[in-house]
Amino acid sequence: MKPIMIKQISAFSIATLLLCSCAKKLDLLPVNDLTPATTYSTPAGYKAVLAKLYGTLAITGNNGPAGQPDISGGLDEGSQVAFIRGLFNSEELPTDEAVCAWDDQTIKDYHSLKWTAADPFLKGMYARCIYDITLINEYLRESTDDKLAARNITGADAANIKASRAEARFLRAFNYWAMLDIFGKSTFITEDDGIGVFLPAEKSRADLYTYIVSELTAIESQLLPAKTIEYGRVDQGADWALLARIYLNAGVYTGTTNYTGAITYAKKVIAAGYTLQPVYSQLFMADNDRRKDEFMFTINCDGARTQAYGNTTFLIHAPSGDDHAQYGANSGWGGYRATKGLADLFPDLSGATDKRAMFTTTAFGTGLSQITIPDIGVFTNGLHVNKYKNIRSDGAAVSDPTLGFSDVDFPVFRLSEMYLIYAESVLRGGTGGDPTIALGYINAIRTRAGATVIGVPQFTLQFILDERGRELYWECVRRTDLIRYNLLTTATYLWPWKGGVANGTAVDPKYNIFAIPSENINSNHNLTQNTGY
Amino acid sequence: MKLLPGKVLQVFLLLLFAFTSFTAFSQTQISGRVTDSKDNSPLSSVSVRVKSTGKTVQTAADGTFKIDAPSPSAVLIFTSIGFASQQTAASNGAVNIALVQTNTQLQDVVVVAYGTRKKSDLTGAVTSVGAKDFQKGQVSSAEQLLQGKVAGLQVTPGGGSAGGGSKLRIRSGASLNASNDPLIVIDGVPVESNGVSGSANYLNTINPNDIESISTLKDASATALYGSRASNGVLIITTKKGTGGKTRYNFNTKLSVASVSDFIPVLTANQVRSIITAQAAATGNNTYLPKLGSATTDWQRVIFQDAPAADNNLSASGTARFGNGFKLPFRASAGYLTQTGVLTTNRFERISTALNLNPKMLKDRLSVNIAFKYSNTKTRFANEGAIGSAVAFDPTQPVLNPFGKYGGYYETLQADGKPFDLATRNPLALLKLRQNPGYVDRMIGNVQLDYQLPFFPDLHVQGNFGMDNAYGHGYTLVDSSAATNYQKHGYYSPYKQKKFNYIADESLLYTKDLKSIKSKVDVLVLHSYQDFYTNVYNYSGYSQAGVIDSTTIPNFASDKPEYRIESYLGQLHYNYNETYILQGSVRRDATSKFAKQNRVGYFPSVSLGWRLKNQFFKNTRFINELKLRGGWGETGQQDGIGYYSYLPIYSQSTTTAQYQFGNTYYNFLRPSAYYGDLKWETTATTNLGLDFSLMNNRISGSVDAYEKKTRNLLSTVPVAPGSNFNIQLLVNVGNITNRGIEASLNLVPIKTKNFSWDLNVNGAYNKSKITNLLKVNDSSFKGITVSGISGGTGNSVGKHFVGYAPYTYYMYKQVYDAAGKPIEGLYEDLNRDGVVDDNDRRLFKHPSPDFIFGFSTQFNIYKFYLGVTAHGMAGNYLYNNFNSNSGTLKAIQNPLGFIGNASANYLETGFKTPQYLSDYYLENASFLRFDNINVGYDFGKISHGKATLRMSASVQNVAIITKYSGADPENAGDQGVDNNIYPRPRTYSVGASIDF
Repeated sequence: MKPIMIKQISAFSIATLLLCSCAKKLDLLPVNDLTPATTYSTPAGYKAVLAKLYGTLAITGNNGPAGQPDISGGLDEGSQVAFIRGLFNSEELPTDEAVCAWDDQTIKDYHSLKWTAADPFLKGMYARCIYDITLINEYLRESTDDKLAARNITGADAANIKASRAEARFLRAFNYWAMLDIFGKSTFITEDDGIGVFLPAEKSRADLYTYIVSELTAIESQLLPAKTIEYGRVDQGADWALLARIYLNAGVYTGTTNYTGAITYAKKVIAAGYTLQPVYSQLFMADNDRRKDEFMFTINCDGARTQAYGNTTFLIHAPSGDDHAQYGANSGWGGYRATKGLADLFPDLSGATDKRAMFTTTAFGTGLSQITIPDIGVFTNGLHVNKYKNIRSDGAAVSDPTLGFSDVDFPVFRLSEMYLIYAESVLRGGTGGDPTIALGYINAIRTRAGATVIGVPQFTLQFILDERGRELYWECVRRTDLIRYNLLTTATYLWPWKGGVANGTAVDPKYNIFAIPSENINSNHNLTQNTGY
Repeated sequence: MKLLPGKVLQVFLLLLFAFTSFTAFSQTQISGRVTDSKDNSPLSSVSVRVKSTGKTVQTAADGTFKIDAPSPSAVLIFTSIGFASQQTAASNGAVNIALVQTNTQLQDVVVVAYGTRKKSDLTGAVTSVGAKDFQKGQVSSAEQLLQGKVAGLQVTPGGGSAGGGSKLRIRSGASLNASNDPLIVIDGVPVESNGVSGSANYLNTINPNDIESISTLKDASATALYGSRASNGVLIITTKKGTGGKTRYNFNTKLSVASVSDFIPVLTANQVRSIITAQAAATGNNTYLPKLGSATTDWQRVIFQDAPAADNNLSASGTARFGNGFKLPFRASAGYLTQTGVLTTNRFERISTALNLNPKMLKDRLSVNIAFKYSNTKTRFANEGAIGSAVAFDPTQPVLNPFGKYGGYYETLQADGKPFDLATRNPLALLKLRQNPGYVDRMIGNVQLDYQLPFFPDLHVQGNFGMDNAYGHGYTLVDSSAATNYQKHGYYSPYKQKKFNYIADESLLYTKDLKSIKSKVDVLVLHSYQDFYTNVYNYSGYSQAGVIDSTTIPNFASDKPEYRIESYLGQLHYNYNETYILQGSVRRDATSKFAKQNRVGYFPSVSLGWRLKNQFFKNTRFINELKLRGGWGETGQQDGIGYYSYLPIYSQSTTTAQYQFGNTYYNFLRPSAYYGDLKWETTATTNLGLDFSLMNNRISGSVDAYEKKTRNLLSTVPVAPGSNFNIQLLVNVGNITNRGIEASLNLVPIKTKNFSWDLNVNGAYNKSKITNLLKVNDSSFKGITVSGISGGTGNSVGKHFVGYAPYTYYMYKQVYDAAGKPIEGLYEDLNRDGVVDDNDRRLFKHPSPDFIFGFSTQFNIYKFYLGVTAHGMAGNYLYNNFNSNSGTLKAIQNPLGFIGNASANYLETGFKTPQYLSDYYLENASFLRFDNINVGYDFGKISHGKATLRMSASVQNVAIITKYSGADPENAGDQGVDNNIYPRPRTYSVGASIDF
């Protein structure tokens, strides 16, 4: 054999051998994304995950306003998996306070009180809350003392992370509360469950109630004192406010009322130094972070940095049309209005006798033929709600110069709700409260609104419900209120298009609870359907 | 020899003289002419050798030769690539001979996985199409050459955009969420399935003029050698190589013009005016009447144009001879294509070059094959949203508003004079005020070596070292005056991507002809390593003036996704007595896309061929071939899923997704859903085939029946909320079965000296069925919702459902009145429970065809030819989303307060609001399309015999026969939702080809 060939063959063989030994080269990691180990190696990493736990309530994915959704499954990121928008659809659309003109899939079923288990909006809301809880559990798993020690996080950093565990547990309880109120039961997972393809268990409404209350009670002492934590995060104020709201509805949730509990926790909030802010309309404006003394918990939105189609951006676009400038929006989506039911709570709709009546805009008035809604699909029909505005009270520019996205922070719990809970619980026989103080609270709310004060004769449960309507409309409590008063499905109180009929009609009481999305039952046999669906 | 004495020198000279004079004395000259037996055209560069002396000459351009021979009746041997060698004795110093084409490349030898094989030796389902049978006319992308040519191969162009691509399906899809695209191998380099930014279609970087043949590998015994990437079949593209003899040049040029033949049926301006006037009179609602314009605009005619194209190609092919005797066969080519699209602003340009060198060295023991292709494409993407706008825009308005803002185009404005965000935008403005060019440079090159060991000639050591690199970049620029982006003063967004893909194969091939036991055997052992690396550059967005949009600043300047595959394979091929053929193979693949414990997959195959011809009909003259084939094999799939899906990963949110704590905004870190146990999707294919060739090959063809069963589907399925970081997850679950029969028939009904007629018909029947979608079986499972449509938000019309084909439609059954008109909003209560709800939707029909078929024929009369090709589908349905979304009063009187246009279908239904889920909109989209009619004339010798000239003309997309009411029944989407595709134009072209 000639030397040249030997040379060539050996060169070739060496090359071959070199290329063969590449089994290890198959371990590849992405260059930008992090592994759990690198994520939680620094306190900043923990804070970035904590921001996500809160952020799940404000935006829908990793790319604002849309593009990398948290939740897929054939759902629309903008309209179906956003927390605020989902909560609004669940708690406002089935009531006298909201109707929708759009043809987006089943959205009209909400106001008609005829949703089914196949409803994609329901599927999205269920998925949102449980997704948030899954994330929170992961955070709790990764922030144990052992893990912090193993990662050499000590001192103040470790203490901060430990304290944040109570906030995470509050957020978990808050998401479970949404499940409790909307679906009446829930997929149940805690930090003891892992990540995989297992089938989680279900908790009934009563058991879920017990769990939420025990969690909120357990973390009460671990949370920072009310009004002390930085804006946007939760302290004892939020914890007490959620307990007060839950106790107010204990009768609906468990069959056993607990108005005394509601009074106890409303009082704790009230005693913590929160104050009614002077101008009602400013509570819902772009710079409402300056009104934080009235808020126990806000979901923070920012037109430039916290963008989504389902946070308060939805609340400024969806109710506006050609009058979008009065909402601080660059365009109107022409969808959501209220019915005559809300209009009837106000003695007049101009705002002259009650500043909370924010219904007249340049494009829309409040004429009777309009607000009786002859055609639900025509946006101009209805009572136009101009409550949330992406406009600053100080006249300065908002974050998004194009007015596409909203700066308005969504107030979850406000002091006036605590006043109303206190008053209603006193009237309903809860102990620990005082009727005179209760009446004073109601009049404080009314005085701020420029409405007349009331006396003892007018101080009735029906008045409280109506006052809640006037004070808290479009704040995602109406459906719960109507259920507590047994008015959501019955013939006692009708509003336009209730039950899908122009004049309103009673519906099956099963609609006091939403259906469990059938797809979830399909993918998890441990889940059960609500009665009647 | 130390000395050269005079005597010796003398003798030497004497002898030399004697020899030469003797030679001179006995020499005679033979002359003659060599022609092609097929059409009697002269054959140049044919090598003519005198058998006894070895003297060799080549024929001239006119086929003639003169050669010195020892006698006027010497035996001459004629050889030429592509023709059977012939040996004949001259008579009286003359010989005229007609050589018979062998089509060695195309018929007898077929390119298969990791090599070539004689067609008679094949045991799998392989169809090879050579250049002469490709689709004619202006074809800018390689896959379109095969349209209608291969049984079981579906080529569906995504639309008519310049340089646009096609959906390819071999025997329908085997996957739900992984890719259903076949693996494409170019000259031995399996190329990446993902394209590069800036390219409309990755395959358009290959010049179709450089392609010699494309093999379609259909069953597992043919594809299993490609293992984990072969579940959806393989297309092997082989480019043209150098020929023997002196250098020949070819120049061909083609000019074409394309125009839209079928517009989408919409209402005219006058129809809109009369509908709105009538509505206002009937309802008293005067919202819309004052908004009517007085113009008459056919928006589709405004945005579409007649689109010319020119395609020029020059190639040189031959063998370069060097002084030391080294011969270098080569082919070099360059092409330039410039094509405009029928949609205004759309344009595609390609500069392509290819070089093939295939020398033999080291006493012909080392064969080297160097293939190098470089192309530069420039695509100007049109905003295809303009097509949807054109059908929806108010036809009573003018195109321009010379005194207005927004580029001088008419736009629907709000009361404040700003564009109404949710209104339809001016279609022409969408096109003219946006530039979106993409530039791609792509190089595919490889060196293949085959070294026959001198001391062990049965063994070949082989290597294949290749690369497929690309650089894509471009930008989107929207004018600051454009209504779409006026808020941020226009928009400028650049992008850039680089791809570096490498392959190294090393193999040993052992071949042995054991004549004593009538056996031939070959064994291949191969190791392969492939690396796919992309560098994606991330940029911010800017205003047109270059002001940075702070909400678009990327978190990372670049991303570098990468994956690798390492493979070992072995194949044994055994032929007994040219009658029984056995082939077996196994491939072991390991991929970086799965966790260590799931990384490795084994993909075996075994197949048998039985040549009945040699067993039973050896002496039956009218049977030329009769062969039964049977095979089984397993292939895998991992394309179309993420590179890191098995890993738990946290990713950072963008600047527009932060949360405020106090006065600080924090980016998120979000965990992604993952399934650690992700592994290969596996398809087992059984194939049974029969090849036949009768009556002197005048009738030939094959029939195949197959079953493909895919298990462990890479499926995105719903998972229990709370079990993972999403409600759906990519896991391995589910099974799909595809069963089908395909047949092709080639006929030569007439074959005379001056007239011939060729005919090819092929057809395939395929039935796909999902047999499982869940880990745990559940009869109440409602399937997976798919096929999102446009209109409303989140509406879908299809399901993946066990027992049905993928993407089966899931809709309401429309109720009709006595006159046959659909009643708005009334559907059948199919379960008779008194309410029409989701439970009354039914699974009915599917978008994939049951039958696909193709037809080609060619007539040759003297020097004239005429060819026709057609293809079609049957059993495929299409959801007419354009009609469902636009065929309503709401489309004309938009509830948001502006006027739009409606589908002409509104006149038939009179629907007020959209009825998206009505099966009225589900239409039978079976069709027969005449793809091409082409004619040509062969002028033969021109310019004193120095060159030959052929001219041709063709019409593409000639006609379509269908019941479908929309613009085009052929839809490239798997989901079967027809929504304003870029129309496929009719193209007229003329071409000339000169060989010199």
